[in-house]
Amino acid sequence: MTVKQISVFVENKPGQLAEFTKLLRQHNIDMRALSIAETPDFGILRVIVDDSYKTACILKDAEYIFSITPVLAVPIEDEAGGLDKILTILAENGINLEYTYAFITRNKDLAYMIFRVTDNEKAMEVLSQHGIKTICQDQLSSL
Amino acid sequence: MEHYYQPEIECASREQIKAWQDERLVKNVKHAYDNVPYYRNLMDQKGVKPEDIRSTADLHKLPFITKEDLREAYPYGLLAVPLKDVVRIQSTSGTTGRRVVAFYTQHDLDLWDDCCARAIMAAGGTNEDVVHVSYGYGLFTGGPGLNGGSHKVGSMTLPMSSGNTDRQIQFMCDLQSTILCCTPSYAAYLGETICERGLQDQIKLKAGIFGAEAWSEEMRQDIQNKLHIKAYDIYGLTEISGPGVAFECSAQGGMHINEDHFIAEIIDPNTGEVLPDGEKGELVFTCITKEAFPLMRYRTRDICVLNREPCSCGRTHVRMSKPMGRSDDMLIVKGVNVFPSQIETVLLNKGYPANYQIIVSREHNSDKLEVQVEMTPEMFSDTLTEVSSKEKELIDALKAMLGIYAKVQLVAPKSIARSEGKAVRIIDNRNLY
Repeated sequence: MTVKQISVFVENKPGQLAEFTKLLRQHNIDMRALSIAETPDFGILRVIVDDSYKTACILKDAEYIFSITPVLAVPIEDEAGGLDKILTILAENGINLEYTYAFITRNKDLAYMIFRVTDNEKAMEVLSQHGIKTICQDQLSSL
Repeated sequence: MEHYYQPEIECASREQIKAWQDERLVKNVKHAYDNVPYYRNLMDQKGVKPEDIRSTADLHKLPFITKEDLREAYPYGLLAVPLKDVVRIQSTSGTTGRRVVAFYTQHDLDLWDDCCARAIMAAGGTNEDVVHVSYGYGLFTGGPGLNGGSHKVGSMTLPMSSGNTDRQIQFMCDLQSTILCCTPSYAAYLGETICERGLQDQIKLKAGIFGAEAWSEEMRQDIQNKLHIKAYDIYGLTEISGPGVAFECSAQGGMHINEDHFIAEIIDPNTGEVLPDGEKGELVFTCITKEAFPLMRYRTRDICVLNREPCSCGRTHVRMSKPMGRSDDMLIVKGVNVFPSQIETVLLNKGYPANYQIIVSREHNSDKLEVQVEMTPEMFSDTLTEVSSKEKELIDALKAMLGIYAKVQLVAPKSIARSEGKAVRIIDNRNLY
């Protein structure tokens, strides 16, 4: 099970992020997670939202360049060593991480990690062998 | 004291120069007509026969030739001698990426070297000098031209080529270079570096010959102050021969055109009509001594003014001003010819929209070229590695086409202004003219 991450091209200029969040606000889109990869000239904004279809439509209308990527959202125990446990499993099975970021929700005991890997199927398989379940888009929307 | 390489030519009477031009023009028109089918067609289309050209007064009857013709005739279409007589080629970029190739016989090289030797001696050079050539060697004419000229003068020649500033300065100090030949921007950079390192005392330069790109009077002062030299301008283009078509003398007031080899005209770039002396227009050259590549009425696209007043140096050849602009959209960046159409070709080949902008700036006296390209969905990815690798692919393709590095700036779609008529593709922030 994967969740849909929306990645958006933004120029590295003042006000670009604010313009984007204003757009989401106008359409009542709630963000679950956000991360930015930046270069001196531009950034790639990665967001997980409650309604990815609606967000994609809005971004298309606003002429943003964006892509939708299935990524893994993994609940981890919000305690020391929680992340390490999962990374060890991925490492031992030779799964390479492109990038990762974390977010927490109203549920205080759990944190979530987003993993972008090249092979989602394989990653899900090894995680489930260790009793770790990834969550799907619907579950995420209701968090 | 003024030095001349060929005083009997450089200081010849105007009558003598005219006599040479008349005789050589007639001969060269016939040579081109008889040996170059492309030229014969051009002249036939205009209804001009070689016998119609009896002196320089008939020059205006000849058709113009342009860079587009050179591109069309690439590679051998304008060669006027059998290949067995050709000993060298030089090359420069053309308008849509197709290069322009110029051919030389041994005789052509000798005359080109003579022109450069005149420039070196006009800058005070003698066989006692150490001439440091930091122009690029290779297809670019800068290095080979000044190298040949320096040999003719009998100076010790340092074929440094461009780049590797540490080594340049090392040789300059160790071998006591006295005359520096390079682009003005590189001279300014060398000057800055030498000052930063506190090496002024170890530098024995007395003069510099700088060309291949536009430079201002302020830049000349800056270079002269930093390097404690006299800085001389030199002009040329591969199509006509290379550097040394015209050069500056001690008066530093315009460049003497070597009129025994090249006839200069100034035309209205829109109508093609010849303009009287002193008026600003496009510079046109007719080669009258070249064997392999005898271009006639070649439109340089450089805008300048001719000055026929006597010069205090004693030379009698007409002087041209520094180019004051271009009549086409060609840019000269780091001494390299760059056409927007070349950049467009690369973008289209790589699947980018043709909406782009070129920004040229000068930082620390060095040119910077930036190409702004609008991001496309195809190029976009959620990972930086992927976007960066596509960006690098584009940078490499531009470098292969242009020969120089261009920074690629990815911008948001529709962020580059679209204008109704002619798009504003070039922003030149250098204030060169």
